[in-house]
Amino acid sequence: MKNYLLKCEINGEKFEGLIDPNMRLIDFLRDEIGLKGTKEGCGEGECGACMVLLDGRAVNSCLVMAFSVSGKEIITIEGIDKTKYGKKLKKSFKKNAAVQCGFCTPGFIITAAAFLEEKPDATEEEIKEALSGNICRCTGYDMIIKAVNEAKK
Amino acid sequence: MSRKKENKLSFVGKGIERVDADIKLEGKALYGDDLDFAKMLYGVCLRSPYPKARIKKIDFSEAQKDPDFVKLITAKDIPGSNKWPVVNDDYPFLAWDIAEFHSQAVAILVAKNRFKANELSKKVKIEYEELDFIDDIHKSITKKENIFSSYVIKKGDAFNEIKKCKYVIEKEFTTNYQVHCYLEPQVATGVFATDGTLAVYSSTQCPFYVLDAVCAITGLSSNKVKIIQTVTGGGFGGKEDVPALVGAHAALASFITKSPVRICYDREEDFRSMSKRHPSYSKVTYGADENGKLKCCIVKYILDAGAYSTLSPIVLWRGTVHAAGPYSIDNVYVESYAVKTNKVPCGAFRGFGQPQISFAQESLIDDLAEKIGMDPIDFRLKNIIDKNKLTSTSQKIKDSIGLKELIEIVRKKSDWDKRKNLKPSANNKRRGLGCSIAYYGVGLGAKGRYLDRAGAYINIYRDATVNITVGNTEMGQGALTVLTQIAAETLNCPINNIKLDEVDTSKVPDSGPTVASRTTVMSGNAIIEAAKPLRERIFKTALKMLGSKDMIAKDGYFISGSKKIFFNEVIKQCWAERLKMSEQGWYVSPPTTYDLKDGKGDAYIVYSYSANIADVEVDIETGFLEVKKIYSAFDVGKVVNPVLALGQAHGGILQGMSWAVYENLVIEKGVMKNPGFTDYIVATSCDIPEYDVSFVEKDYSEGPYKAKGMGELPLIAVAGAVRNAVKNACGVEMDSVPMIPEKILKKMGRI
Repeated sequence: MKNYLLKCEINGEKFEGLIDPNMRLIDFLRDEIGLKGTKEGCGEGECGACMVLLDGRAVNSCLVMAFSVSGKEIITIEGIDKTKYGKKLKKSFKKNAAVQCGFCTPGFIITAAAFLEEKPDATEEEIKEALSGNICRCTGYDMIIKAVNEAKK
Repeated sequence: MSRKKENKLSFVGKGIERVDADIKLEGKALYGDDLDFAKMLYGVCLRSPYPKARIKKIDFSEAQKDPDFVKLITAKDIPGSNKWPVVNDDYPFLAWDIAEFHSQAVAILVAKNRFKANELSKKVKIEYEELDFIDDIHKSITKKENIFSSYVIKKGDAFNEIKKCKYVIEKEFTTNYQVHCYLEPQVATGVFATDGTLAVYSSTQCPFYVLDAVCAITGLSSNKVKIIQTVTGGGFGGKEDVPALVGAHAALASFITKSPVRICYDREEDFRSMSKRHPSYSKVTYGADENGKLKCCIVKYILDAGAYSTLSPIVLWRGTVHAAGPYSIDNVYVESYAVKTNKVPCGAFRGFGQPQISFAQESLIDDLAEKIGMDPIDFRLKNIIDKNKLTSTSQKIKDSIGLKELIEIVRKKSDWDKRKNLKPSANNKRRGLGCSIAYYGVGLGAKGRYLDRAGAYINIYRDATVNITVGNTEMGQGALTVLTQIAAETLNCPINNIKLDEVDTSKVPDSGPTVASRTTVMSGNAIIEAAKPLRERIFKTALKMLGSKDMIAKDGYFISGSKKIFFNEVIKQCWAERLKMSEQGWYVSPPTTYDLKDGKGDAYIVYSYSANIADVEVDIETGFLEVKKIYSAFDVGKVVNPVLALGQAHGGILQGMSWAVYENLVIEKGVMKNPGFTDYIVATSCDIPEYDVSFVEKDYSEGPYKAKGMGELPLIAVAGAVRNAVKNACGVEMDSVPMIPEKILKKMGRI
């Protein structure tokens, strides 16, 4: 039942409304707000496809309850241009052929955007480590790692 | 005077960026679960909790009380047939009487939202009677009725020849399952309309398979059903046959409730119920003479098919044809079996029955070379198939073979001949190199030749934009981009003018499945067929406009002397002259001659080739195996897009490595123990080897711009190279995939 009043900011826009307190953040974003770019790959926090930024930190939105984001700022792939590295990442992912089926892509961009803000001078090894919570079954990762490495410049 | 040879191609052979990159990067691509329909209902399958059980009673009275409950559908509600059309049609859409494996679908519960559907499904009580089950292929094969399919290849007299060989080696190998782990789980939406038509939105490699299944289950005719492929989040074979089952369930639920119905699997359901790479057993024997010439090969190959035959007959056939390896051997005997067990049915997975037997035969080739005292690469070079030589099915290789060059490339790049000098990173570690080679028959081959055709429709609008409809799908591999390049090249049309659609079965003729690395060749050629008459009209018009007898067509421009006109201007003129600006193309693969009785003849239209060298390090204390680098070289004919081809290579190599080293699905007494990413380990960014990939482009005369097939090849022989590198590093001869630490330590005698 929708009986919890949630106030938060999503991609720079204020949200205020009643939600079901049993709802996960991913379902709130996809089904209530209509932001379908956040993907569900496993529902148990293992694949990273559902990553969003919560106050700048990358989190698996399948493991977060919607009510718990009260007062916080959420950025999804649709709002990634608002982050420092969003546009750069998209550009370098395209250039480096880091996208194949694309289902994992939003999650990788979110993870990378948060990580580069935290560590703009990251080494390739650190990038590999940072991306290890995101599964991609198509690319073999090398082009994704190169894309993130290039976006930091 | 000879004219200077210039590269005439404008678009083919270029590393053009993916045409679908932007929508995917922005999160705007619409995958199966991203579509909204008014008043959409949600379906969820109720599944058998036993490896084999009789369904006694289904009681849904409790669930029915809920206002969000809509319908419970069982086999008796199916208006059409309860046989899923695949090959042998033995798999019912919904189990009736007996469920043959754990997690087989028994009923579909439809509710007003997905959460309620899941909740209410737990309130349905299904009474079962547990039955005896078989989970072991060696027990199962003793009963004839458990053998779904079987093949034999006879060339020369292997059993007589083996007695004469100076060197004989025989070993047994096993491989485990591999789960596709496409990131987007299975999903389909049925949308029944008031006019009696039914649309199904499906995440699939094979929309026409979904069409057949939906028509079968509903009883509707093909022209009242359309399957529309949604942006598909990975396939690897896992969206070949099984989306037809998911799509049929969604279609049935929509047909019965008269509302749109979505069925979207969660990861566990996907693991438990969807197809996998077959586990395998093989016994391989090779014999060679005193000079190191391979004289004979004998193979027994068994696949664990699971509870229903699904695609096993054709997976097994591909494995059988390639079982002796890419070698010229006069005496070959292969017998193969796909055997029933009460486990999840296995089906298509990148490589389609080849990686398992490649692991076995490439391991044994290495061991035989060692026995003879030859370098494993020299031994391979001495025995590989080559132009005008015969494969194990006596097919003469006519053109397009770069295998020898591929081997030389990886040998040189890896510094193979100095591999003894490789330094491990610590005292408790051992380092080594291992080699493997493979060939891959492109397309469906003789066994699937009736499906090996493809259609394309090209429509050029008045504004010079182009819409192309094909029957093969994009699932991440890059088909949309590669096919766009082929169309652009033939029409001399700028890439940005072209839009290829996801497949809609009502708009394009049945083009067979998007499998067997066939899309570039089949849909590419179909596009060329459609584009040819358009090209003629466009080029003729351009010449007229230029007032010239010859011109150069390049990068979307038509040039004669100092005059230069753009594609769009020419199209405007074509329309002004009322020329026909749409055409359909149809391509049928060249004939094959294979005889199933003795396994003789041309099995495939052409072969692609790979050579691989793995550089590994083994920790002899922990058994941990690290693959440091993989050198791979491929002959896939003309490389249409070198950047995307490299992406296919990396992805395939890592999937092969991940299967070889990490992926370990556990099924005990018919029940899966690790159905998810928490316990089923796939390679992550921290586990990747360094990739060193090369291409040798041997023209295939029948291919679109001389291209062959690419998608599956990079995976096939990786496990063999890794295994041979482990042997080179620490002396143990692994005989089982995955090569997890405990198996390595066991082989070393440490545990």
